[in-house]
Amino acid sequence: MNKKDIIICRCEDVNLEQIHNLLEQGYTTFEDLKRLLRVGMGPCQANTCGHLIQREIATFLGKPVHEIPVHKVRPLVMGVELKRIAGVKDED
Amino acid sequence: MKTNILIIGAGISGVSIAYNLAKKGMTGIHVVDQGYFTNGATGRCGAGVRTQWATEMNCILALKSIEFFENAKQILEYPHDLEFKQEGYLILATSEQEHLQFSNNVKLQNSLGIPSRQLTKAEALKIVPHLNPEAFYSATFCQKDGHLNPFKMTEAYFLAAKKLGVTFSFFEKVTNIITKNNQIQSVITDKNTYETHQVVNAAGGYSREIGLLAGVDIPVYAENHEILATEPVEKIQGPMVMSFSKNIYCQQVPHGAFLMGRSDPNVEKNHSTESTWQFLDQMAKTVVDIMPLIGELRVVRQWGGSYNMSPDRQPILGATKDLPGFYMACGFSGHGFMFAPMTGILLAEVILNETPSIDMVPLSIDRFQTFNHENVEKSVV
Repeated sequence: MNKKDIIICRCEDVNLEQIHNLLEQGYTTFEDLKRLLRVGMGPCQANTCGHLIQREIATFLGKPVHEIPVHKVRPLVMGVELKRIAGVKDED
Repeated sequence: MKTNILIIGAGISGVSIAYNLAKKGMTGIHVVDQGYFTNGATGRCGAGVRTQWATEMNCILALKSIEFFENAKQILEYPHDLEFKQEGYLILATSEQEHLQFSNNVKLQNSLGIPSRQLTKAEALKIVPHLNPEAFYSATFCQKDGHLNPFKMTEAYFLAAKKLGVTFSFFEKVTNIITKNNQIQSVITDKNTYETHQVVNAAGGYSREIGLLAGVDIPVYAENHEILATEPVEKIQGPMVMSFSKNIYCQQVPHGAFLMGRSDPNVEKNHSTESTWQFLDQMAKTVVDIMPLIGELRVVRQWGGSYNMSPDRQPILGATKDLPGFYMACGFSGHGFMFAPMTGILLAEVILNETPSIDMVPLSIDRFQTFNHENVEKSVV
């Protein structure tokens, strides 16, 4: 299957070929890939792509998966509207 | 390992300095960074670039830097999109007093060639229709200001510097700077020893610590500033909307997400980059007050990054009499990204003993010996 057709990050529409290209350019941490490709920045916050990319990095570097750090986990776990956080009451 | 010069910090300032030195023909330039690519303040910043400042130095640095950004893609031959947009900063005055202060700011900016102007409430609402008219008094606007992708801009300098022979190492932490008879001898990291007589401190939030390793007391400190990002939506806002009195900046980036930040006046001086619920709470209330429509958007993520604060909220650039060969590019107070082109040009000029493009005395560390509290930059969030 063509690497371009294998979607790794659904939120930001990033495919396997883009991941491999950056790995070959020397960007070999999840944080590097996140900053240049936006993987892990979308609504799922790397819940989908996190372990897929971890595995790709491990294969590329020839290291066991558990030695590959995942990205820093940030709030929020799921999207919340700003007005709810601000305490705005619904009019309807 | 022998190097001509060692640059500490591969953020936007470090890569810009490295590129400018290499372009002028210097060889033996090595850059070390303690983390991954753009792990520090550069990769955590709000991605805004603006010329609307209240001090002359910040205006000059910003204007010349934006003029570089306008041509950066061609100059650096960067193959990707820098996501540069010049749709302005709309800065809100929320009282008559602030309006009058902004009149003076605009006068200063115009005298330095910055095409900013003061707008009535009605004019501001034409540019950003979803502003709450009750939340502000008037505004200033400058079309030249805008947005630039910090990761891409840093990569553009990074790749251009590498092409010119600059070498880099990441995940390498400086642990000591050895001096003898007031001359730098070497820099020791957790992986290497670099024999060098010249060091650039572009360490962002850790600039004070790097200074102390060399015995140079730099009056800067780090503090955490938080940001949040929303889900991406279709374009509804051109300019960055900012208010110093309400403590907010908020823009829609080309990707579609809104980024917004504010500062915490009681934040501790340390290297924390953690996220707090207090920020989320205050940020949500502030943005919903100024732009109720933005309240409909979901928060996807929040993060933090270090401002490296100087006493007058303006950068410290150049050499020091205390230690020849030790150069500083720090104390940007949250604006190192947008000043980076000038940082690189000026530091390269100082290091190579050329006449600087602008008078650098006001940016020297020596200015704090006779510190004038009148000249503190107030146009900051």
